[in-house]
Amino acid sequence: MPASKRSAPTRLLLDLYRTMLRIRRVEERLSALFADGTIPGFIHLSIGQESVPAAITHHLTNSDTVAITHRGHGQALAKGINLDAFLAEMMGRASGICQGRGGSMHIADSSVGMLGANGIVAGGIPIAVGSALAHQLDGEGNIAVPYFGDGAIAEGVFHESLNIASLWNLPCLFVCENNGWGEFSKTDDQFAGNLKKLAATYNMDYQFIDALDVVKLSNLAGRMVKAVRKTSRPAILECKVTRHHGHYEGDPQKYRPEEELNQLGDQDPVSAAYDKLINGGVTAGELTELDQQIQAEIDASVAQAIAADHPQFEQATAGVYA
Amino acid sequence: MSNSQPDNQPEVLRFGQALNRALGDAMRADDKVFLMGEDIALAGGPFGVTRKLLDEFGENRVRDYPIAEASMVNLAVGAALGGYKPVVEIMFMDFCTLAMDALVNQAAKAHFMFGEQGPVPLVLRTPHGGGLNAGPQHSQCLEAWFAHIPGLIVVCPSNAADAYGLLRAAINDPNPVVFVENKRLYSAKSDFPADPQPIEIGKARTARAGNDLTIVTYGNTVHLAEQVAKERAEQEIDIEIIDLRSLQPWDESAVLTSLSKTHRLIVLHEATEAFGIGAEIAARMADIGFDELDAPIIRLGAPFMPVPYSVALEAEFGPNADQLNAAIDRLLL
Repeated sequence: MPASKRSAPTRLLLDLYRTMLRIRRVEERLSALFADGTIPGFIHLSIGQESVPAAITHHLTNSDTVAITHRGHGQALAKGINLDAFLAEMMGRASGICQGRGGSMHIADSSVGMLGANGIVAGGIPIAVGSALAHQLDGEGNIAVPYFGDGAIAEGVFHESLNIASLWNLPCLFVCENNGWGEFSKTDDQFAGNLKKLAATYNMDYQFIDALDVVKLSNLAGRMVKAVRKTSRPAILECKVTRHHGHYEGDPQKYRPEEELNQLGDQDPVSAAYDKLINGGVTAGELTELDQQIQAEIDASVAQAIAADHPQFEQATAGVYA
Repeated sequence: MSNSQPDNQPEVLRFGQALNRALGDAMRADDKVFLMGEDIALAGGPFGVTRKLLDEFGENRVRDYPIAEASMVNLAVGAALGGYKPVVEIMFMDFCTLAMDALVNQAAKAHFMFGEQGPVPLVLRTPHGGGLNAGPQHSQCLEAWFAHIPGLIVVCPSNAADAYGLLRAAINDPNPVVFVENKRLYSAKSDFPADPQPIEIGKARTARAGNDLTIVTYGNTVHLAEQVAKERAEQEIDIEIIDLRSLQPWDESAVLTSLSKTHRLIVLHEATEAFGIGAEIAARMADIGFDELDAPIIRLGAPFMPVPYSVALEAEFGPNADQLNAAIDRLLL
């Protein structure tokens, strides 16, 4: 079917698929670059969770703000962080988005409303709520999205954040990527309540969705973003996702049941979207071409990052204070 | 008897009133400045520093926050990243423990770790110090913790004029500033200039000029030093007092200049002596000022124990005039 005659749902799916696939391919490359020592430190991949940022950011502008997590590469890429600057940061180069001072857990891009990743679990949530306060004071209809994992739910500041966001009518969509694992431990072993009841307690809308279907997720996210924008009432969107890799790259995941690990292929929003696109009449050749375009973009970005200069120590010491 | 008119007298203001005036003037000068804190709006603050500001600026800019320090300071970080200049009040400095992640991991690091994409212009005001029999959790002086963190600025004024000038400077500053107010000073009166201006952060003030010995101090113990210096002047002991005003950054050259004149140094503060501000200053002067020293550097601060409640116990907690006099004697006699 010629691209111009595609239905609106197929065009939407293709758009979301492109975002998800780009995140997937970037993270696969990060995994390889980490394994061969090109990327130092430690990194946390979101492979399997790409549908959430793809769907959420589909409904955000650059003036809307997001605070992202330590598992936030996808959240950053979907929001529009420059790929060259992103990859250079992963490699600690001077041209990195944070001049090589932050790395994977601290990527930020204020030019696209990306407030920053956080190495502190739940750390970004109240900062995003503060950004929502700024949006409210600005009065321009922008909203803030704190992304967080299920591992953040037991943190005190999360509860404080829900309380103040509700109390002050802050335009804030709390987006939980629930992958069932808080680092190496089951969510059920860490949190006695549930988000639905918590949302009711704080008098805000709550929706749950399996993030395997990116289109359904996008439609729901679209409705919720619109409602938060219009009413300035905060809401919680809980997305069931599957973490395909370990907590960090190199994590042997011995704590995880073998059965769960064997079924990861069935819990993949990217391949689910691929199958749907093929069923919707998009050709395999076209999708291969899209993949190749993405890979070529990543190849070029990786090459420039590897060739980029290392940061100067004197410049870093001069950057402690504004 | 002076015949000068009342108009020519310098205005005398309480420390707390000077802070109130600084907040009001800063909010009039810049509509991005807003206040958050527990009981600061309707009630005017536990020490009255924000009194009547709600009436003038309204509830959008003077905000009562729930008793939830961790999110409050984090919200300030987020609002600061969004172009605002929040001034938050932590009711007692002891409660800063609840906001340490916001201050240490978020506010202090954001400018550096995000590659200088945007400053975090927030001010955290908080009272420290004992003397009110408020007990171990309402009396601590924790400023050394914050002075230890790259990315934070720490100031601690000793009088009304400095309180005003430093608070205006702190609000203007693009960096996160921990603004420490000694709670015994709130009601203390001192001269206030007719046209008060911001005071540059990082500059000490010579509170008293002298030739025999230097006391470096800040906050309420400036007044202890002044009282003792006045008494010792009768014995022809001429003491110089450096009021640091800023603790991070601190005015190293002012201290070194004074040491080069007097050759004897006491560092005095109300905070715990061990691992404190005084330790930093003493170590630095023992290094760069070694050739100027005619005697050991003495630190004088609180003993290594929690601040006690009882009137009898807190009276001895110090530092006090007897301890300071003993230190002076050790250096000069």
